[in-house]
Amino acid sequence: MNRKLGDISFYGIVLILSLATLAILIVIIAYVMRQGLPHISWEFLSQSPEHMGREGGILPIIVGTVFVTLLALAIATPIGVGAAVFFAEYSKEGRVVQVIRTFTEVLAGIPSIIFGLFGFAFFVVFMQMGWSILSGGLSLSLMILPTIIRSTEESLKTVPLSYREGSLSLGATKWETTVKVVLPCCRKGILTGLILGIGRAVGETAVLYLTIGGSIRIPTSLFDPARTMSMHMYMMTAEGISREKSFATAALLIVIILIVNSIANFISNRMKGAQ
Amino acid sequence: MRQNRFVEKSIEKLLFVAAAIATISVALITIFVFRSGLPAMSGYGFANFLFGADWSPGNGEYGILALTAGTLAVTFLALLIGIPTGVCCAVFLAEILPKRAAAVFKFAIELLAGIPSVVYGFFGLIVIVPIISEHVLPLWQRVNPDAQTTGLSILAGGFILAVMILPTIVSISENAISSVPQDYREASLAVGANKRETIVRVLIPAAKSGILASIILGMGRAIGETMAVMVLTGNVAMLPKGILDPVATLTGTIAMEMSYAGPTHQEALFGVGIVLFVIILILNLAAQAIARKMGAVGRE
Repeated sequence: MNRKLGDISFYGIVLILSLATLAILIVIIAYVMRQGLPHISWEFLSQSPEHMGREGGILPIIVGTVFVTLLALAIATPIGVGAAVFFAEYSKEGRVVQVIRTFTEVLAGIPSIIFGLFGFAFFVVFMQMGWSILSGGLSLSLMILPTIIRSTEESLKTVPLSYREGSLSLGATKWETTVKVVLPCCRKGILTGLILGIGRAVGETAVLYLTIGGSIRIPTSLFDPARTMSMHMYMMTAEGISREKSFATAALLIVIILIVNSIANFISNRMKGAQ
Repeated sequence: MRQNRFVEKSIEKLLFVAAAIATISVALITIFVFRSGLPAMSGYGFANFLFGADWSPGNGEYGILALTAGTLAVTFLALLIGIPTGVCCAVFLAEILPKRAAAVFKFAIELLAGIPSVVYGFFGLIVIVPIISEHVLPLWQRVNPDAQTTGLSILAGGFILAVMILPTIVSISENAISSVPQDYREASLAVGANKRETIVRVLIPAAKSGILASIILGMGRAIGETMAVMVLTGNVAMLPKGILDPVATLTGTIAMEMSYAGPTHQEALFGVGIVLFVIILILNLAAQAIARKMGAVGRE
């Protein structure tokens, strides 16, 4: 009898807390969508903001977001994939490798505001890049680097050893094997990492808040300051400029995150299916 | 052939450099944050800086105790809500839900992780803060008639933070519980324990280091989180007396004041960054050590 009571209360608590988690996700998404979607229109996407964002659209902000994200990816992808290849294919477990592995994990745990402080002290001031897309993109690339390394390495590990042995036995060098045999097998894993990196970059605020300036003009060069969507949202919320436009921007952000996560999920499911 | 070997060697070196960039970045971050922050800390006196309760940059006072207290208060509340909820979700995912449903639930948890921090802040501001000032406050006033709040409070920040750290706790704990060997389950069932007893007495204890690692990483996330906390806690740098009091956090203060800070004030904010950095570093290394013991490297 006692046992049954224990069962009921245990499963009850687990069920309630799990459903509460699901419920809060649904509430957040539904609420933001319901308040925001009606305000998303072609004008909102294609016009510049007027009166600090009270009127008009967010075109320059979309452009800024895309620029910064692409720049961060362009920097972090080759480095991240290279690092993952090193860890998975070349490194022998030794002291040095142990240390750089530990620090890579440390980098993953550093909060975004610290990246912001660093970006400000190093890129903006010390390297004299000013508040610009370049400073923001570089700071952001450091932040998404661990994500890319991790997902690439995970997928490199799933390539069967026999593929490498087959290629090596045909006389290919290690590098040829890596580039022509191993990496093509993990295109999807790498892609998943990139997509997750995009998701992180789009949602990120604190690091850019201190490095990218916040101009609402359309940026035309890497040295121009810019503003991203999440930053725009923060500034409009903090300064109480426009609730409608904040909601519209939030809804747009959620739509992007939904798409990004769905694609990543779809790819990784297919990867699992293929194995 | 010889040239080939040269190319191979150089490529290997190049890849090593790529792998080392993360480490170099950590070193650079450490150097630049410390270099920018230490002068203010030593100028004001390390003890005064760390344990002074008066943060009023306008008067040249840079004691961060109230900020640390604010961060700890919201983090503690977030963990108080987040740990039981997260572990229950992990159990639900790993042991109870059928595979297909678990995949859907997992996707939901990933989405929760993907929602930008500003959106959480905004949602909290528009939905949670009014609930606190209109519904929670009257209840609280029955206990403590003097209570006052605008809604911007430890409660608002801690609640939203709890939601934000859930994905970290759930995914790592779930991993730890799933990777408990099947033998354990079978042995426990064989000696007459039912499923619930197996989960509570065998699986959770066996996965405890993984669960602990998830909690530490979640704690790191809560301490480092900036935008949502900054929008929801009210940013009042005073020692809080109750859960409905507003607080300022380490992260929120940096982000908030950086844009208009004068030179000394800016250095002091970097000093706050140093404190934050050191706390996070310790937490992460601890989580890694625990995770390594368990045989799997910690992941988000």
